[in-house]
Amino acid sequence: MKMEKINGVNRDIKVEADLRLSDAAEARIEDLMHRYPCSNSALLPALYIAQEECSWLTDRAIRWVASRLNLPLAHVLEVATFYTMFYKQPVGKYHIQICRTLSCMLCGAKKLTEQVRKRLNLSAGEVSGDGMWSFEEVECLGSCGTAPMVEINDTFFENLTPEKLNDLLNKIEKFKPDLRYSGILEELGKGLEGFPKSSVW
Amino acid sequence: MGHIKILTEHLDREDQHDIDAYESRAGYAAVRKALAMSSEEIIAEVKASGLRGRGGAGFPTGIKWGFVPKNTGKPVYLLNNADESEPGTFKDRALLERNPHMCIEGMMIAAKALSCHWACIYIRGEYAYPAERVSKAIKQAYAKGYLGKKIFGSDFDLDIVVHRGAGAYICGEETGLIESLEGKKGQPRLKPPFPAVVGAYGCPTVVNNTETLATLPWIIANGASSYAKIGTDKSAGTKLFSASGHINKPGVYEIELGYPLLEFIEKECGGVRNGRKLKAVIPGGSSVPVLRADELDGVMLDYESLVKAGTMLGSGGLIVMDDSTDMVEAVMNLLHFYTHESCGQCTPCREGVRWVYKTIGRINHCNGTFGDIRLLKDLCKNISGHTICPFGDALVTPALSFLNKFRSEFEAKIEAATSMHVGSSHG
Repeated sequence: MKMEKINGVNRDIKVEADLRLSDAAEARIEDLMHRYPCSNSALLPALYIAQEECSWLTDRAIRWVASRLNLPLAHVLEVATFYTMFYKQPVGKYHIQICRTLSCMLCGAKKLTEQVRKRLNLSAGEVSGDGMWSFEEVECLGSCGTAPMVEINDTFFENLTPEKLNDLLNKIEKFKPDLRYSGILEELGKGLEGFPKSSVW
Repeated sequence: MGHIKILTEHLDREDQHDIDAYESRAGYAAVRKALAMSSEEIIAEVKASGLRGRGGAGFPTGIKWGFVPKNTGKPVYLLNNADESEPGTFKDRALLERNPHMCIEGMMIAAKALSCHWACIYIRGEYAYPAERVSKAIKQAYAKGYLGKKIFGSDFDLDIVVHRGAGAYICGEETGLIESLEGKKGQPRLKPPFPAVVGAYGCPTVVNNTETLATLPWIIANGASSYAKIGTDKSAGTKLFSASGHINKPGVYEIELGYPLLEFIEKECGGVRNGRKLKAVIPGGSSVPVLRADELDGVMLDYESLVKAGTMLGSGGLIVMDDSTDMVEAVMNLLHFYTHESCGQCTPCREGVRWVYKTIGRINHCNGTFGDIRLLKDLCKNISGHTICPFGDALVTPALSFLNKFRSEFEAKIEAATSMHVGSSHG
C-alpha cells in the first residue's frame, strides 16, 4: 500500500497495490476514461467492472476504483452506496432478485418469494453455504407485462409460477449457465437455451 | 381508430435489431433526409407535428429544443432517457430490445436539429439485455459510417455512447440522470437553471425520452402534418401503452391518442382476467391518480381527457386491478417502492415517505385509528410541493388518491382494528 497524489492534492487514499484486475478489465477502464466529455463519468461503469471481477464491491475494490479514476475515496463510497446494483456485501454465484412492486404483486410475486425462501432455506441477503445462491426482493424491474418475474444476475425470467421457478432453479443447478450479461460477455444468452425469456411484445 | 403503427410496425420481427434488416425496411432514410435540412427546419417540423414528450410530463418536444441557447461557445449534449423505472411502465424496453436502430436514428435527427455532436443513451442498469442490443446496434452503425466523423458522408459528426445506470428510480428525473451520468449520486438539481441552459458538464443539454426520440424518424419521413392528423387536436400522434395487472393480454400496445380507455382494456388487453369485475385503473404509471371503475365511462387515453378525469397520461403505464384487489395493500406496496427509492436529498420526502408508508402499513395490518387518516393527509400536505424534484408529489399522489377513492376500505380496516382492540380489552 502507498499514499498517492490525486489531482495534484495528497488524498487519504491507500492504493491497493496488490489488487489487480484482469488485463481486459484494465483496458476497458482505460477506454472508458476517453468515452465521455469528463472522465468522472466513467465511475459507474468502472464500479461495474470492479464488481464483475470481485463478485461484490469489497473495500479494496472501491479503493482501487478511486485511485484508478483519481477520485476522492469518499465520493466513490457515496456513489457505490447510493445505487442498489452495487453490492456492498457478498452475493451468491446466482443472485436472485424477485420483483415485488405492484404489477408483480398483483400477479403472484409473493408466492415466488415463498418458493425461493423455502427451497434455498435462506433469508433475504444471506448466501448459501456453498456460495451458489442468494436472493432479495427488489423494486420494479420494468417487466410488468410479464409479471411475476425474477432477475438472476443480469438475466430476466418472466411469466413465472412457483413451479416454473423451481424448474428454472433445477436447470441452473444442473447446467450452471453463465447468466452475467453486462458488457463482459459479447454473446447474448450464453447457456440460456431452454429458459424462458421475455415473450410478450 | 387506434391501430396506426408508427413505433411498432416491425417490432415483432425477429431480425429488426439488425442494421441490414432495419435498412431493408426504410431504416435510416429519415436521417438522410434530416441531414439535408437545416436545424431550424427540423425543429419547425417537430413543433408542427405536435409531438409531446412521452416520458411523463408531455411537454412539446420542439418547444423544449427551442430553449437551447445558440452560440454559447459550449457544446450541446443530447441524452436519451432510457432509465425506465416507473412501476407499470415497460414500453421503452420494447423499443430498445426490438428496434434499437430506430432509437439511434431518432437521436441522430435530434442531434442534427440541436447541432449536438456527442449524445448518450442512459439505460437503467437492470436492462442489461436492451443495453447490449443497443450497444451492438451502435457498433453496427459505426462500422457503416453512420456514426463518428462525417456521418452518411455529410459534414456532420456524431458520437453516441451507452451508459448504464445502477438501480435508482430517481435517475429517470432529468437532472438526476445528468448527475448520475457525471459520476455522482443521482440526486436531482434545483431548477432553474434548466438543463437546456446548464445541463451535463455545465453545457446546454436536451434530455428526451426514448419513445419521443424513436418517433422522430416517422415524423421526418412522413411530414409533420401527417403526424398531427393522428390522435386529437392537442394530443397528436400515437402512444405506447404498457398494460399490466389483472388483464388477459398484458403487453405493449401502440394506439392513437384519444382511444377510449374502457375499449382499450376490453378489446386490446382482452378484458379483466378470470371473468372478474374491473375495480380500478392506474392509467399512466404508479405516480398518477388511480381511477375507480365507475369513473371510466367516456374517458379517453389522451393528455387532456385524462386530466379532465382527474388523473394523468404519465408514461402510459396502465395497471389494471380487479375486484379481488385489496386497495390498502396495493397502495402500501407502492409506498414501499417510494420509500426505497427516495434519493434522501430533501427532508420532507426522505422522512415523509417513510411516515406515510408506516401509517398506511399500520392501517393495513389492522393497527390503525381514524386519526391515522388525518395524519396521512397532514403528512402528504407537508411533502407535496416542498421538495426539489417531483418525487414528493409522485408519492403523495397514489397515497391520497387511493385514500380518497377507496376510503371505505381504509375505514373498514380501522374499524376491524378498533373492534379487535375493544374485544381484547374485554377479554
